[in-house]
Amino acid sequence: MMFAAAAAGVVVTMVFAMALALMGPNVYNRILAVNVFGTLSVMLIAIYGFVDGRPEFLDLAIVYALINFIGTIAVTKYVTFSDMGHGDDGDPAGDI
Amino acid sequence: MVQVLALATALAGFWVLLSGYWLTLIVALGVASIVLCVFIAWRMDVIDHEGHPIHLTIPGLTYFPWLLKEIVLSNLTVAKAILGDKNARHPQVLRVKASQSDALGQTVYANSITLTPGTVSISVDDGYITVHAFMDETAEGLRSGEMDAKVCKLMGDATPLVGDAKT
Amino acid sequence: MDMILDIASWAFISGGIIFCLIGGYGLIKLKDFYARLHAASLIDTFGVGLIFIGLMFQAGFTLVTAKLILILVFIFFTSPTATHALARAAINHDVLPDVDTEEERDLVRQTKTTKSSTS
Repeated sequence: MMFAAAAAGVVVTMVFAMALALMGPNVYNRILAVNVFGTLSVMLIAIYGFVDGRPEFLDLAIVYALINFIGTIAVTKYVTFSDMGHGDDGDPAGDI
Repeated sequence: MVQVLALATALAGFWVLLSGYWLTLIVALGVASIVLCVFIAWRMDVIDHEGHPIHLTIPGLTYFPWLLKEIVLSNLTVAKAILGDKNARHPQVLRVKASQSDALGQTVYANSITLTPGTVSISVDDGYITVHAFMDETAEGLRSGEMDAKVCKLMGDATPLVGDAKT
Repeated sequence: MDMILDIASWAFISGGIIFCLIGGYGLIKLKDFYARLHAASLIDTFGVGLIFIGLMFQAGFTLVTAKLILILVFIFFTSPTATHALARAAINHDVLPDVDTEEERDLVRQTKTTKSSTS
């Protein structure tokens, strides 16, 4: 029961994050919102594993945590350079 | 060479944690994947003291509990400031000195600053870190230079005098 | 004994949820991008930390706890990197923080790195 309440709290926070992603004045606010949303998803998956009595869901949470980080970095790099394969060329901006 | 062993051990631990099976075939596949990963990392030339700072394990035993305590305290102040009115917050930008002697130490310092809520390191250059602070308390905590001294101690560098880190 | 563990676990989880909600509220309430970063780091540290500690109390000394610690350590190491990358990208796109003085804004401006600048 308390797990369901915890999951509900996380879902409410996810609604906040989604609202920021929809209304954010620029792309960086949106990326931030998606990053937070990913962190909250990791939490929600972990809690759901306990609700269901199947902690194997934690494996999914691990994968989601990995993808969330790499996705944030990739999207940040993409909006900065409009290119994933931007070479560094001794240029400090390539070193984000 | 120690770092190669450390990487292999960490990967093996991760694999055992995720697998949990002890069949011969599965263990053999696990060993093969660990060898492949270590080989790729060795070819990428990322196995060095920066990528695998195992020499920080022992000093880290005192640093990380202190960092956790800082995180807890600043979490409470930032939560209060978010709930409070506009006067509770005072966003500001400041430059603090990073007294660490090498890039690894400065990276650890900048990451510690960002991990602590209320302060985000914006840029690191020439031994100075530009920080965006959320409110006066967190900015003052950084200006006092206590975290700088702790990271210097963690890295085994000469410790600067606390209160010496002026903007 | 189980009772005490349960109470501790629920106390941690409730605390984590409260901090998540404060962080989420801060994301909406604060208007400046850099201020929102601080609200997000509230969720990334205390929100995740307290909830996972609470779940660890429920799981006991099992493989599940080891996995929870793994996720927690991973999030603690990567979230500063993501936040820093995001702040750098925003600066390079001339999104400046909402601060009092022009000197502080100059401090931010001079950290900008552009494609044309050579090192």
